[in-house]
Amino acid sequence: MSKLMKLNLKVWRQKNTQSAGNFEEYKVDASPDMSFLEMFDVLNEQLIETGKEPVAFDHDCREGICGMCSMVIDGRPHGPKQGVTTCQLHMRSFNDGDTITVEPWRANGFPVIKDLTVNRSAFDRIIASGGFVSTNAGNAVDANSILVPKEIADEAFEAATCIGCGACVSACKNASAMLFVGAKVTQLSMLPQGKPERQSRVVAMVNQMDAEGFGACTNTGACAAECPKQIPLSVIATLNREYISAKMNGK
Amino acid sequence: MKLFSFLFTSSIGRKVLMAVTGLSLVAFLLVHCGINACIFFNDGGETFNAAAEFMAHNWLIRSAEVGLFAGLLIHIIQGLALTFNNQTKRKEKYGANAGNANSKWYSRSMGILGSLLLIFLVMHLKHFWVVSRFTDAIQETAGSTLFDEMIIVFTDPIPVIIYVIGCLSLAYHLLHGFQSAFQSMGINHPAYSPIIKSVGTAFSIIVPLVFAAMPIAMHLGWIK
Repeated sequence: MSKLMKLNLKVWRQKNTQSAGNFEEYKVDASPDMSFLEMFDVLNEQLIETGKEPVAFDHDCREGICGMCSMVIDGRPHGPKQGVTTCQLHMRSFNDGDTITVEPWRANGFPVIKDLTVNRSAFDRIIASGGFVSTNAGNAVDANSILVPKEIADEAFEAATCIGCGACVSACKNASAMLFVGAKVTQLSMLPQGKPERQSRVVAMVNQMDAEGFGACTNTGACAAECPKQIPLSVIATLNREYISAKMNGK
Repeated sequence: MKLFSFLFTSSIGRKVLMAVTGLSLVAFLLVHCGINACIFFNDGGETFNAAAEFMAHNWLIRSAEVGLFAGLLIHIIQGLALTFNNQTKRKEKYGANAGNANSKWYSRSMGILGSLLLIFLVMHLKHFWVVSRFTDAIQETAGSTLFDEMIIVFTDPIPVIIYVIGCLSLAYHLLHGFQSAFQSMGINHPAYSPIIKSVGTAFSIIVPLVFAAMPIAMHLGWIK
């Protein structure tokens, strides 16, 4: 086993949505082979052993696909590495003796539930407003009855890799959710299955996005730079294009 | 009109309007820069004054001027409103910031750069536009043409410094704004976007540089 690293942590502690939070400082000895979340497990065991309240943080799959591990590490969502989630970030990306600041996603659309855990149900409501395709129930249709060109399928899939983690919102200076909405709209508008509801979908989703209290996009590109799934900025252009054409059609 | 109301109400519509008005101002800059560059003929302002005379008395140009001011006002009001509105979207600020790790400082500072430009613009309009349009000051002062007015204004070093700062703000405002306008209108394509970005970068450097050269050259007496 490699030598343990001595780390100083500044962690955001907040009792509930209503209360004011503050940073607390902790010391943790962690192995460089640990993931960032495993390091937090060590911290929490330490806290429990000393009779203190453990730090609440979200996590589920711990393999980079569920999008739950919402931590802003030293001012960057999911930490300093590109294209990884917090659970896939390892302590070897830090140095012995480092002071690491850990905070929750901060946006009006994502209220803090406790400590580092935020409520991301605003994204669920955006999806529910139009991020789906309507199909009639009945016999299972043949898999190749609707032909999709390979390039289109690939491009739609690239957008569909969005895990809805909310790093885009947390990185954006305006707390804008356009990379998330752009990814969903791009994915569905490119495929034949998504075409019938194409125009009503984009308008409904943008209306819901605005109602949830997310800001407007100013094209700084921070969202795409921080996205753990590396969704490109071009999905926002697609969103704009789809929205403008729907609006010009009187939707 | 209901068809276009989204340009003032929705998050995407509002930035589309910023893009359209912004690009119309880019078109204006090109004309403005081209005409003013006539002073570099260094013929005592003869070519420049002829061009200025044409711009001041051609009915088509004067009509376009109304549209230019309308676009400018929309760009200013919408830009300020969006900036303030966007700032309210994160009530609790971050304890640690790493903005430079994921974006350029000027792309995050469009509100401040735009405000600097607005301050410069008020002064700039007072120096030349108000004087040439609404008063007889040009006739009353020593000079009698717009070129002479430029010579007078730029004798004083303070306006020269302010104009250079104004041009620097313009350069950074354009560096983000030019390519951003196309993205806002939904134009992002692997073949065309690199061209748009290159043209935008060249425009953002060349145009402010030519503008900044005017007060400097006049102050140093290179242009007489």
